Amino acid sequence: MRRRKKLALIISLLAGLHAVVLGAGFFAPYDAAAQKRELPFAPPMRLHFLDERGNFHLRPFVYPVVPRRGSYTGYQEDRSRAFPMRFFVTGAPYSVAGLFRARLHLFGADPPAEVFLFGTDGFGRDLFSRMLYGGQISLLAGLLAAGLSLALGLVLGAVAGFYGGWADETLMRGAELFLALPWLYLLFAIRAFLPLQIGPAQAFLLLIVVIGLIGWARPARLVRGVVLSARERDYVRAAKGFGATDIYLLRRHVLPQTFGVLLTQAAILVPQYILAEVTLSFLGLGVGEPVPSWGNMLASLQQYYVLASYWWMFLPGFALVPFFLGYSALANALHERVKAVLI
Amino acid sequence: MRFLAGRLLHGLFLLFGVSVLSFLFVALAPGSFLDEMRLSPQISPETVGALRAQYGLDRPLPVRYARWVRSVLRGELGFSFAYNTPAAPLLRVRARNTLVLTGSATLLAWATAIPIGVWAAARKGRVVDQLTTASATALLAVPDLLLALGLLLLAVRTGWFPTGGMVSLGFEALGFGAKVKDAARHLTLPVVTLVVGTLPVLVKHVRAALIEVLDSAFLRAARGHGIPRRRLLFRYALPAAANPLISLFGFSVGALLSTSLLVEVVMSWPGLGPLLLEAILARDLYLVIGAVMFSTVFLLAGNLLADVLLYANDPRIRTGER
Repeated sequence: MRRRKKLALIISLLAGLHAVVLGAGFFAPYDAAAQKRELPFAPPMRLHFLDERGNFHLRPFVYPVVPRRGSYTGYQEDRSRAFPMRFFVTGAPYSVAGLFRARLHLFGADPPAEVFLFGTDGFGRDLFSRMLYGGQISLLAGLLAAGLSLALGLVLGAVAGFYGGWADETLMRGAELFLALPWLYLLFAIRAFLPLQIGPAQAFLLLIVVIGLIGWARPARLVRGVVLSARERDYVRAAKGFGATDIYLLRRHVLPQTFGVLLTQAAILVPQYILAEVTLSFLGLGVGEPVPSWGNMLASLQQYYVLASYWWMFLPGFALVPFFLGYSALANALHERVKAVLI
Repeated sequence: MRFLAGRLLHGLFLLFGVSVLSFLFVALAPGSFLDEMRLSPQISPETVGALRAQYGLDRPLPVRYARWVRSVLRGELGFSFAYNTPAAPLLRVRARNTLVLTGSATLLAWATAIPIGVWAAARKGRVVDQLTTASATALLAVPDLLLALGLLLLAVRTGWFPTGGMVSLGFEALGFGAKVKDAARHLTLPVVTLVVGTLPVLVKHVRAALIEVLDSAFLRAARGHGIPRRRLLFRYALPAAANPLISLFGFSVGALLSTSLLVEVVMSWPGLGPLLLEAILARDLYLVIGAVMFSTVFLLAGNLLADVLLYANDPRIRTGER
């Protein structure tokens, strides 16, 4: 019972995290592409609770940032007027998952003040908003690629395990080949032979296919193992004796047993593939500007002056941590559960 | 000995498979290094055609593969279009640097993981163990990219460590002691990134393997005989728990190579990683294949080493009873 509760807790936490990214339009105060050109590399803004006279305000407020006098790069707060934070404000239009359009944002401030919780990048775009929108790309890439890998692994593993013989031999030798390569090198090598100058949408699809294709080997091996043991069970033999077709046997008796293994693999693969997308986009081989992704947002840190002067460009990277924690906890919990069910 | 010979043969077979696979991808690839030249008005189509013929790009794939294999046997590993030299000298230097980095990281990671894991397993369920497990879980959630960038940020802010490269300017002029110190300073950040990145996985596995052994009857008997604890843990329990860990060692080499690729690029360590990236962007196909082949060789060497260790550690494999 406790195990089940733990699993439910982990799943709901993860679902919550994904919901925040899915509803990026609502949680982000700005559009991902909106630029405030006169404020490039503005540092993260402070939310104030104490005003100049030292009075405490329950509603936090911000001071607008203005370029520091006599400096080309520095900023300072203009303390002449305070702007309280507003909640549930209307702002830039957005759509949630392409289903419905809205203008309601969780928070914002009255113009001319801005709320840059994580500061801005070189084009004056709000990093916090871009982090949320970037998650949509990175998470979707990870989830779809993992789905592709698992589907391939399921089909090939089932064929290898169920039919055996030369199909098994060929597929498993192939799997060994794919497992013999350091996977990042493999990913790069395949990416190397695909077109470089492509639009963000094509790059996104390409990434999913490439990442998904190279990961089939491990799930296929695991599925094969389960199928091998499942097809020798008495009830499968009995069904076979009654004249059940292969398709029926696989669908009804064999493949449902691979479910646990597949789920556990999914929890392991999704964060790994998110990281793959992040890595490729970071190195300029994935989704490119102006579309934000967690990888290409970190890419500017490869320039020394950004790294040295604008530490907040690093902040979007932390978005990965809760997801990784969530998925690794999920993988552990699922693994325990699958083991408990099998024994 | 048959066991090791079999593993070696298997490795060679895999290497052959990887090379064929790489060439298949090349065949499917749109575009080549010469595309950029074709766009240039200063280079005539005849020149481009002549270059194509010179590089053998106009030949069918099996012919190109045969030519490449011949150049591998000559020790050239194909031809780099961008550098206009055989690929092997370029690759060899880079591969050596990658080897220095991953080798020291592997050694250091295992040298730290084993004592920590053993220690945590010996105190299973107590504060030390819980702390170790919790911090391993937390570290596991930090992607290597973030770790590398974070450490780089630290280096830039504090100036404690150089932010890239393998040696400082004017390295040649330094004395021997200063040379060692300089190289060590440059090696620190990438190695630390790799070690911290792999440590949590290793510690978790060492701990799990040891806990399983510590429960076994022969260790309870040994404990009953009054054998001191340290001797019990390292002389009795660790060898018995070593088999899964040796297999893990083989896998850890692969994981380290992948991480190292990224770390090298971020920290501008002149290893295979930056060369591979550069070659991809320039469509320098043989260099890409060469880098992939080198990484495969490293991985297979790691696995082979694991097999040798397994052979040395487990008498069951020596007698052929598996």
